[in-house]
Amino acid sequence: MIITQMITSFIASAGFGIIFNAPRNALVQCGTIGMLGWILYYTLAERGLDVVPATIFAAMLVAILSQICAKYYKMPIIIFNVSGIIPLVPGGVAYNAMRNFVENDYFTAVQLSAQVMLLAGGIAIGLMFSEVVNQITKKAGALGR
Amino acid sequence: MKEQISIEKVCMIAGKIMLVSGAETHRVEDTMNRIAMANGIANPQSYATPTGINFSVDIATTTNSLRIIKRSTDLHKIAEVNDVSRNISAGKITLSEAFHKLQVIDREHATYPAWIQILTAALASGCFMMMFGGTWFDFLPTAIAGALGFIAMLVFDRLIEIRFLAEFFGAFVIGASAFLFVSLGFGKLMDMIIIGAVMPLVPGLPITNATRELMSGHFISGISKGVEALLTAFAIGAGVAIIFAFV
Repeated sequence: MIITQMITSFIASAGFGIIFNAPRNALVQCGTIGMLGWILYYTLAERGLDVVPATIFAAMLVAILSQICAKYYKMPIIIFNVSGIIPLVPGGVAYNAMRNFVENDYFTAVQLSAQVMLLAGGIAIGLMFSEVVNQITKKAGALGR
Repeated sequence: MKEQISIEKVCMIAGKIMLVSGAETHRVEDTMNRIAMANGIANPQSYATPTGINFSVDIATTTNSLRIIKRSTDLHKIAEVNDVSRNISAGKITLSEAFHKLQVIDREHATYPAWIQILTAALASGCFMMMFGGTWFDFLPTAIAGALGFIAMLVFDRLIEIRFLAEFFGAFVIGASAFLFVSLGFGKLMDMIIIGAVMPLVPGLPITNATRELMSGHFISGISKGVEALLTAFAIGAGVAIIFAFV
């Protein structure tokens, strides 16, 4: 089962790399980062963790890996970030929320929209976190010298 | 004086390419400032929003502005502009060389031809359906629905100026084909097929970018990107909902 998740998340992330016109030599990295982030999210959610903290942790992992790749391959971090977080993006929940809005079931729709907001915020917090760590280590290194 | 004009031009074209390719505004401002500072401008002022850029080389000098009309996501171009700005900072290329390079990048076409993008949209749709807990039985119908929806969006995007309508029609085609497949017995779970197939259209990037811009204090771009994402999501939801209205 986890193998299926690994393969499909790799293809989906690398596929989004192509849809977003990522450079050819970054596609495999995009797919790998997306896969690792999704597997972390999937295992955490399977173990019973709430989806919001699971998303935050997975986004942190994606951000850290993206930062490493960005430094190593000398490309802007957004290339790896964007395709990496795509599996975590609450597209399915957003779709369900919108569907309920259009079907006049506002009660469910507002609930789902709130969840979408939280999940999007969780991704943003995860991405910000690694940036903060990066800045602190940089500044601490500069202070040490 | 002549030198200054070309600094501004290089900064503006670099910022324009990045914004049109979907970079975050703080990254655009950062790149423009870096290019200016590498050329001896002490206090460059740049202000980017998703729909326009303002740039001046100092406070109280002439301000240059540029309107951004159409935006898409093209990570390849962002990477190339980043390369050019790195080279300028390192002093490897002159301003006029950088300007010509940026002009070439600006005119470049997408990295991948449309048919490859459609094929990957189909594959990604199927994979997303599996990730959200679908069954292999629905893989092929999801992939076909995703491809049809993506084609519809590309076609309508060329025909009509309003992007949201293109997404609306793309989602409509997905809903219609999913309904058709399920009623023909070719697919089983209609919800799963639609969610998977709709993923290539879903504004995941603007949603996340909007929250990030808001958190880093870029309120205008954060809110406008958030509204863009919301409208796109609404267009997709409405496109699919039309099918449910008739079922």
